[in-house]
Amino acid sequence: MRLSGVLVPWLSAGALVLTAIGLVWGLFFAPADWQQGDAVRIMYIHVPSAWLASAGYAALAACSVASLVWRHPLADLAAVEIGPVGAGFTALCLATGSLWGKPMWGAWWVWDARLTSVLVLFFLYLGHIALVRAFDDPVRGYRAGAILALIGAADLPIIKFSVDWWNTLHQPDTITLTGAPHMYIGMLWPLLFSTLGYTLAFAAIVLTRTRAAVMERRIRGLLMARASAQEPA
Amino acid sequence: MDHLPFIAASYALGILIPGAFAVAAFLRVGSARRRLAAIDARPRRGGTR
Repeated sequence: MRLSGVLVPWLSAGALVLTAIGLVWGLFFAPADWQQGDAVRIMYIHVPSAWLASAGYAALAACSVASLVWRHPLADLAAVEIGPVGAGFTALCLATGSLWGKPMWGAWWVWDARLTSVLVLFFLYLGHIALVRAFDDPVRGYRAGAILALIGAADLPIIKFSVDWWNTLHQPDTITLTGAPHMYIGMLWPLLFSTLGYTLAFAAIVLTRTRAAVMERRIRGLLMARASAQEPA
Repeated sequence: MDHLPFIAASYALGILIPGAFAVAAFLRVGSARRRLAAIDARPRRGGTR
């Protein structure tokens, strides 16, 4: 709690500054693409949200491991709070992908392997959100949600390699960890700023929600203790 | 700028969705803090928020 109290203002400030720089740079100063024209500017929203859709689910799976193996109560709360935020960023990824696809492909949606696997990820997030709240005993909900999250993690490599394994309309990865980026540097920098900014925003939102969840749990505990103390013997 | 409606819609969503999550999270933690302060009669430890 104390650490998150220190981190959240710094993460929020960093998120605001970096995202603003990335988006303004991408919208007004980065060059248009020679093929796609100005529609390429959607990339400065779409790529960070796609990264966070997958990274958020990886964090959810990591919390699920901590929950199932070490029974860590904070991991349960963090997993519950990551779910809606990850679903929001996945929805943003799908919506901006659709807005990018219409002018470039002539269709809002195609049943391409990359798009479909991200849609499956969105449904996995929704399933997790519903499952952890479906039990009267919250601990049973956390366990069921953790199992679903771990099974669903199989979708992450499918998303990553879908553009290599299948012949997709979606383009292959432009930026990889192992090779040089296939992108003009004037487009790469704003993309890095917006990606880092959105990542800090995601972390700040999840930490803030988890702090609130810890406080709410403490409030429930205090109210229950007070109620049981007032009950006649 | 070509494809302006698509770009504008993307940027609007890119600001509104994370912004809504952020505002909701900060309102929720503020509300929880106030409720906890009202309920918790114990003296606060130094630095605990």
